[in-house]
Amino acid sequence: MAVQLIMHMPRPKIIIAKLGLDGHDRGAKVIARALAEAGFEVVYTGIRQTPSQVVETAIQEDAKLIGVSILSGSHMELVSELMKIIKERGVDIPVLVGGIIPPEDRDALLKMGVAAVYGPGTPLREIIDIVKKLVGAS
Amino acid sequence: MGNTEKIKEKYDEWVREFLLPALKKVPEWRKFITSFGVGIRPLHTPLDVRDDYLGILGFPGEYPFTRGIYPSMYRSRLWTFREYSGFGSPEDTNKRYKFLISQGQTGLSVAFDLPTQLGLDPDHELAYPEVGKVGVSIPEIISMSILFDNIDISKITTSFTINATAAEILAMYVTVAESRGIDKAVLDGTIQNDILKEFIARNLYIYPPLHSMRYATDIIAYTSKNLPKWHPISISGYHFREAGATVVQELAFTLADAIEYTNWVINRWKINVDDFAPSLSFFFTATTNLFEEVAKFRAARRLYARIMRERFGAKKPESMKMKFHVQTSGAALTAQQPEVNIIRTTLQALAAVLGGAQSLHVNAFDEALSLPTEKSVKLALRVQQVIAYESGVIDSIDPLGGSYYIEWLTDTIEEEAMKIIDYVDSLGGMAKAVEIGYPQRAIAESAYQYQRMVEEGRISIIGVNMFREEEEPHIELHRVDPVSRERSIRRVREVRENRNREAWEGALNRLRRAADKEDENIFPYILSAIRARATIGEVSGVLRDVWGEHKPLSIY
Repeated sequence: MAVQLIMHMPRPKIIIAKLGLDGHDRGAKVIARALAEAGFEVVYTGIRQTPSQVVETAIQEDAKLIGVSILSGSHMELVSELMKIIKERGVDIPVLVGGIIPPEDRDALLKMGVAAVYGPGTPLREIIDIVKKLVGAS
Repeated sequence: MGNTEKIKEKYDEWVREFLLPALKKVPEWRKFITSFGVGIRPLHTPLDVRDDYLGILGFPGEYPFTRGIYPSMYRSRLWTFREYSGFGSPEDTNKRYKFLISQGQTGLSVAFDLPTQLGLDPDHELAYPEVGKVGVSIPEIISMSILFDNIDISKITTSFTINATAAEILAMYVTVAESRGIDKAVLDGTIQNDILKEFIARNLYIYPPLHSMRYATDIIAYTSKNLPKWHPISISGYHFREAGATVVQELAFTLADAIEYTNWVINRWKINVDDFAPSLSFFFTATTNLFEEVAKFRAARRLYARIMRERFGAKKPESMKMKFHVQTSGAALTAQQPEVNIIRTTLQALAAVLGGAQSLHVNAFDEALSLPTEKSVKLALRVQQVIAYESGVIDSIDPLGGSYYIEWLTDTIEEEAMKIIDYVDSLGGMAKAVEIGYPQRAIAESAYQYQRMVEEGRISIIGVNMFREEEEPHIELHRVDPVSRERSIRRVREVRENRNREAWEGALNRLRRAADKEDENIFPYILSAIRARATIGEVSGVLRDVWGEHKPLSIY
């Protein structure tokens, strides 16, 4: 039965993580819930994650995407470390960054290989769409 | 027929003969409901207010303080202009403070970086990326002294946004004052020291809840005896709202926290409520919804006065007066068309002033993008000054008091908040409620519903879901000088090298023993350790060893 097949298909797994010491978790939680309601399996790591913890969780969970949220201004250091570890571990998981990110830093993050960067005021729809595109779900 | 009946009859007639025919021609263009979901009638009249002026409003400076806590309010003294700031090294921040003072600021407010707030020295692996980013790095006493270089701390009042390491920071401030020959009894200012709201919303906690409550309330017990002018806690609703709470949840959770702290101090230290309650202070947000915010502040004062008198049996009026600081809402700032934020913050600041605040911070318009520049923070200060000196809103005390709409809103917010406070009581108080995640879940739910309303256009945000522009903002943003991190690391190492090792070790050992003994007040031991040049990471390292660290729930 087609319907049952669809129901039993594993839902793509997404990691939502708060990277660094920052405690502002409103955005991360709202996005975690929106992605869960859009049909993804979401693992929310909670706050104070290090780059290596996030990558390990993503590998263990066989995640299809990592979304990190940083509002403390430490995105350049933390995301470059995250991208370095992903490369070292030889895995291919797209990374989204959200938070308070000045425009010029956004360009630098994209150059590091981050798939997309979102700031305040981004519609949830837009984030759900890019996640679907990046994990190849319809 | 009494006056009320006459008004009722005329009101019904007005609805029938004027309002309904008018609506038939031109219907209302949207639904009108409060931000917390209660319908708003098109007009408010004497029918909406209780006929009990002396009981529920009274006079400023008198119970229940609805109209203000001082008899003459801003006609005698304006609120404190207190812009929250800090970044990089203490040298950078000291320069910003002097600039703000030269521009007319009347109080200081220190923003610390995350390592300082979490008890990590700047050379700690987890600290490194965050040093000097969201605030100033103050890991040891020399930095604290530089922060206030050439600033007279016996005169100016300073507010420290510090919670999990509040005792270390207060100890540094006291020690700096003493080294300048200032008696600690004259020190006037505030430490936030509100750990409950960290567990609920702000997330900068270290130790498990019970040890954290001991730490927080030990400070209150210490200052009530030794620093009589100091506010040892600023019970905060601000962060609930920033995390997504409704206006009613903000008020209710704040007061439920106040009840919990008061109970703790009374039970742990057997201190009479009137001996410490006057030193408690509060901190709220102000969003752009002007009337709701004004009503919230008025309801807050009335509710608090009743709680302190009726629940805790306070006798002194000082114990019943809610003193509060306001910061305009950070979450209300938009990264899109950022200049529009100046208009938002002006309305928000106006709400704080019409609501009777004692102290105010106005956000800078560029803060959805970065920390503010000198130019943007000056504009924020000017917003306060225009309201204070040009607008005339301070001329009469509580000028919106008696407005049928405002009084109805004040009553409604008070009633709705009381329902939540009763519910928290039924759970056994706020510490218990936090343990089972009630306020955390309630706020996460409100945040999600709010976002859905924005997406569906039921909440309007100019530049975000209305009148959007595709063009990116071009404004100059603040940058933290990368040199400041190295400076901070160098200094903490110098402090560690140049101290009396024996005195330092002895102080930390005594702290360790005191932490383990539940009936000791922990603050004097922290003060001794700081005097012996222990760093913030060392002091909180000892407490982490003894008390452990809190592992949070990951609720979304």
